[in-house]
Amino acid sequence: MKYLALTALLFAAPAGAAEIWVTNEKDDTISVIDVATLEVTRTIPTGERPRGITFSKDYSKVYICASDSDAVQVMDAATGKILHDLPSGEDPEQFVLHPDDKHLWIANEDDAVTTVVDVESRTVVAQINVGIEPEGMAVSPDGKTVITTSETTNMAHWIDTATNKIYANTLVDSRPRHAEFTKQGAELWVSSEIGGTVTVFDTATQAEKGKVRFEITGVNDDLIQPVGFEFTPDGKTAFVALGPSNHVAVVNAETLEVDKYILVGRRVWHMAFSPDHTQLFTTNGVSGDVTVIDVASLEPVKTIKVGRFPWGAAMRP
Amino acid sequence: MTAALVALRAILHREALRFLGQRGRLVAALVRPLVWLFIFAAGFRAALGLSITPPYQTYIPYETYVVPGLCGMILLFNGMQSSLSLVYDREMGSMRLLLTSPLPRWWLLLSKLIAGAAISVLQAYAFLAIAFAYGIRMTGAGYLGALPAMFFAALMLGALGLMLSSFIRQLENFAGVMNFVIFPMFFLSTALYPLWKMAEASPLLARACAANPFTQAVELIRFALYRQLNAPALGWVALALLVFGALALWGYDPERGTVRRKA
Repeated sequence: MKYLALTALLFAAPAGAAEIWVTNEKDDTISVIDVATLEVTRTIPTGERPRGITFSKDYSKVYICASDSDAVQVMDAATGKILHDLPSGEDPEQFVLHPDDKHLWIANEDDAVTTVVDVESRTVVAQINVGIEPEGMAVSPDGKTVITTSETTNMAHWIDTATNKIYANTLVDSRPRHAEFTKQGAELWVSSEIGGTVTVFDTATQAEKGKVRFEITGVNDDLIQPVGFEFTPDGKTAFVALGPSNHVAVVNAETLEVDKYILVGRRVWHMAFSPDHTQLFTTNGVSGDVTVIDVASLEPVKTIKVGRFPWGAAMRP
Repeated sequence: MTAALVALRAILHREALRFLGQRGRLVAALVRPLVWLFIFAAGFRAALGLSITPPYQTYIPYETYVVPGLCGMILLFNGMQSSLSLVYDREMGSMRLLLTSPLPRWWLLLSKLIAGAAISVLQAYAFLAIAFAYGIRMTGAGYLGALPAMFFAALMLGALGLMLSSFIRQLENFAGVMNFVIFPMFFLSTALYPLWKMAEASPLLARACAANPFTQAVELIRFALYRQLNAPALGWVALALLVFGALALWGYDPERGTVRRKA
């Protein structure tokens, strides 16, 4: 009985270990990093050019944007087996899972539409015309608003999820790539890759509240290209990936001032926190690795080699 | 206290007095690496991309990379300077007197090495303190671990200087040897650029760089500052210390060495 319990414990341990899943654009794989050991424990094949990645609420399934396969793939998170594809429209790049855990909102870059897919019936519920080259996707915490940013039109489109209609369009700086609501949903942040800024909007009025600007000593302004970002759970700090400048900015979310720039690998795209939010994992596209940042000290502690051109990151507790 | 310890204490005391008496020496010893850190490293920061090389676990700015190398630079220059003083001392100073004492010669030379190394290490820590204030920080254990590493490296570099000084007849010749030894040793090392960067330019240079005892001394310090022991570097430094020490002893032996020939 004792041995049985011990064996059960041994087998249970890996399943309970938190992981960071990273999509590798060029390798068509996912690298799984163990949060405890900071090592890649397994590599899972996917469709072509995987980018956006997110887990279902219970973490049993993982959704992957396989851009060049023109599909959103659904994978069994435990086995790494592809269960089925979802009808996604052409060239899906980013998506967001609605808080109802049932609807996936997908940006179709080539078609200038946002596709809403019911993940259970695997059907397209709606397609909404948006600006040219939609990319960034966000959903408000109450689930009432979904945002699509269009890279060429330079707009954030505010979509009412009850009617699937755009109710507001707001201009942002050039090439918006990523959008996130703050934890309470009072603000929407949109990063502009070419503009080199992050624009902050008031959610209630859709009015611009302020802008985050970046400046790194010794780095040309052209290389400072904000893309993915994440907020700490208290909402006081935002970490912003600055692309080919190879730095992540630590932004005070109240004053919108940058507190620090952290050196990471080359061309940093996106990031994910560990379950306890003490570590942040950034995907560094060109250098093909993931840098782990200690959130308390704001110091990079380790860089882990993954596949070629890592892009998206998601945490699995 | 035995005569040997008295001699060691006297030599230590004399080196300390000499160091304190020359206030400019500490400033001069610090200015050199600080110029490299504040100006050279700042200028090259963007030009030199550093991939991850042990003991580093992630990407580091160039300033962080050069700090152990600049500690090594202090030890190298100081080791040479201390030996330079020996050429002078041997000609007219107290060492001439000491070398004629009945104490074993190896002990006197070792005492001289220890005294020189202690002063070098103090200067390296003064540099690390300034680097700390500049924002390049290691852990407390790293600073502690660097103590034996830097002391050992300083002994080896001092022994090299001692060996060279034993073969030099006059003070004037020493400057030339400094140029032929210090600069190639410093630039052909991992103090300023990692080995892989050198290998990209020339595999032959990279091999020479790896064989350079100064490279091994720098790597020993670099790993120690990050709480790791680089055993191959330690072995290499120990071997170099033995060889340089033995040659210095041979050089200073009045029966065989160049000291006799000089007379």
